[in-house]
Amino acid sequence: MSDALSPLIDARLLKRFPPARDSEAFELNVHLRAGPGITVLFGASGAGKTLTLNCIAGFAHPDEGRILIHDELLFDAAADVSVPPHRRRCGYLFQDHALFPHMTVRENLRFAASVASREHRQRLNRHRRMNELLESFELRDLAARKPAQLSGGQRQRAALARILISDPRLLLLDEPARGLDPRLRRAFYDVLQETRARLQVPVLLVTHDLEECFELADSICLVECGRFLQCGTKDAVLSRPASVEAARVLGLHNIIPAEITALDPGRDSSRLRVFDSEIEGPYLPGHLIGDRGFLCVRDSDMKIAPLQPATHNQIQLRLAKTTASSRGVHVLFEHDLRARVNDAEWQWLRGHECLGIEIPKSAVYFIGK
Amino acid sequence: MVSPTGSSIDWFPLWLSLRVAALATVFVLVVGTAIAYLLSHKSFRGKNFLDSLITLPLVLPPTVLGYYLLVLVGRGSPLGHAYELLVGQPLVFTWQAAVVAAFLHSAPIYIKAARAVIETVDYRYEWAAQSLGASQWKTFWRVTLPLARRGLTSLATLSFARALGDFGVTIMVAGNIPGRTQTLSVAIYEAVESGNGRMARVLVLVISLAALALLWSSSYVSRTSRLSSAA
Repeated sequence: MSDALSPLIDARLLKRFPPARDSEAFELNVHLRAGPGITVLFGASGAGKTLTLNCIAGFAHPDEGRILIHDELLFDAAADVSVPPHRRRCGYLFQDHALFPHMTVRENLRFAASVASREHRQRLNRHRRMNELLESFELRDLAARKPAQLSGGQRQRAALARILISDPRLLLLDEPARGLDPRLRRAFYDVLQETRARLQVPVLLVTHDLEECFELADSICLVECGRFLQCGTKDAVLSRPASVEAARVLGLHNIIPAEITALDPGRDSSRLRVFDSEIEGPYLPGHLIGDRGFLCVRDSDMKIAPLQPATHNQIQLRLAKTTASSRGVHVLFEHDLRARVNDAEWQWLRGHECLGIEIPKSAVYFIGK
Repeated sequence: MVSPTGSSIDWFPLWLSLRVAALATVFVLVVGTAIAYLLSHKSFRGKNFLDSLITLPLVLPPTVLGYYLLVLVGRGSPLGHAYELLVGQPLVFTWQAAVVAAFLHSAPIYIKAARAVIETVDYRYEWAAQSLGASQWKTFWRVTLPLARRGLTSLATLSFARALGDFGVTIMVAGNIPGRTQTLSVAIYEAVESGNGRMARVLVLVISLAALALLWSSSYVSRTSRLSSAA
């Protein structure tokens, strides 16, 4: 069913938890705006991501705020409006899928079809749709099985199919790929992308997996301690974190103390002092000479080479530690700088105590203090 | 005193007790499950008070409970009067009053345990049902109750066993009318009082065996449920 309504989630949520015997005080205070496509809520566990989903689905009640979905008011603390969860039409995929254990796959889907709408005609359509979904999610041969007899990937497909039958106007996915091996993860991402393309509803996805973020996100909200540090399109957030905190939550960048020593708008250049070296970057609008702050550089943008005199934009660092991994060698330098090189590069680099790290001018991204 | 040995055992109290306990268990299941669900899923004012009120019958002397019941449903009370109008006879000193007594005897324990059983149902199943569009009522019938069924069945068996055993409240509100309101436990008391040792021995043995069988089957049900949920 295509939605003629404007596809937008607009949720202002404030919820306070006083300190309890076994937990500290916590406050969720966020303003979430999401368009079509997948919006990833990214952050460490305990940051308030799942709580945000629960508020939107109606399972947690904010102390203040309002929730609009497709311009329909679902919750407004001031007006004492709270639509019950079963009328919100939020398709919620829980962490452990929550397929009813006492029903078979088909019965799970039938349950969704029978409770979804009061209109008889729609229900009939849904029952027809059930077979299509069983087919397209490769569940037809498993339809008579109980959830306990399914693998993790099958359970997940069944849970997603069950949600789609109820014809949701948005999808809430709480760490959907948790516990899946890489191959199943891949398959699930494909299913999800297909679903998104077919359904045209906004999707909120909670994760603390950066790979998932890269793979699925259209927009990203970085969440920490009940706050959104930054929201924006995937590219904007991943390449230009708004603050050092945002960069830390992402964990994608090396965060290096730096000081601006020169600025030249005419030549679109700047000079920054980094440790004992000086490197060139693009012009930094909004900053002054002498500003201190941090240089954020993704490890993939750093070029590591044995020390050579007079290499442009190179800083010299002492090697601290290396660890092997499936995708190359992780190199840890002094000052907590990280980089990754492939095995061939490592053969070339090993044995050096000090290495040069070249930061291309285009990769220089400065955050003021 | 001469005990009337050789006289045949009167089985009426056993059948009456079974009937009373069965009816009481039905009421306990319906009312008790509803209250247990309320206590486990809703927050409302006076919830703790309600919880205490439900526990009260467990600690009060049966005579006190019986007294309250006599006041509450006696012929002079509005409730008793309404019952009389509706059914055509007063409630007190009938076997139906024994059902009320048995209900009071077994409901508190059932409600407390049923609340715990219902709370063990993972809330995510209920949330999932609701986010799919099921009302709370539908969620209860199609998700919560089926998932709690084994635990509740085991509790119902226990409830039945407990309903079989009430003495104090029964004798207060239903009296001790042989052939009409005399339940098993009251008949044992009567038999001992009147020196009918054989009758007392037989009835004691019967009720003990029945209770043991019920307890065993109750633990069997909960054991298999634990096994099947672990699988």
